[in-house]
Amino acid sequence: MATEPLRALLESAFPDATELDVIDRTGGGDHFQVVVTAPSLGGLSLVEQHRRVYQALADPLADGTIHELRIRTKGST
Amino acid sequence: MSYSEQIKEVIEGSDVVLFMKGTPSFVMCGNSDRALKALRRAGAPVTAVDILPDPEIRQDLSSISGWPTIPQVFVKGELVGGADIVEELEASGELESTLREKLGDGYESRRAETTVALA
Repeated sequence: MATEPLRALLESAFPDATELDVIDRTGGGDHFQVVVTAPSLGGLSLVEQHRRVYQALADPLADGTIHELRIRTKGST
Repeated sequence: MSYSEQIKEVIEGSDVVLFMKGTPSFVMCGNSDRALKALRRAGAPVTAVDILPDPEIRQDLSSISGWPTIPQVFVKGELVGGADIVEELEASGELESTLREKLGDGYESRRAETTVALA
């Protein structure tokens, strides 16, 4: 999978994101690094922040499109 | 006992649990290795559970934790996160402070690695 569909899913889940990036780590279309900074993540623990990302990407995670996902989130702007 | 019951028993009965692919002596995945190494550097006593022997183990674990990926680290029954979070907490010093808070001062002296096989 290309990074664009994943980016679109994250953009709709985090419309307030000040930083949003999806990187194909290996070029193989299944190992991704996701970076999200959004005010809506503020005040949440890292576990809860990552849960929001997993929820946004639930379909590509469930169907195996995403084989490996690295996540970096921040709650501040 | 079902896998779910065994998983809950390990989570609730151990100080630090690492659900991983492989075992500490034979790690089968880079992310499991990252989490294990961060826990080792923090001096945590680790109870490791290999999820690879049966796909149902992973399914049952994710139903319990609501966390879709492996590895998963629990401290005193509470999900701390996967490899990214554990490394981030290590870098900020929070991993050690959380371990100290939940396991008590001198937790490093109890550092040990145990492997639990589910069946």
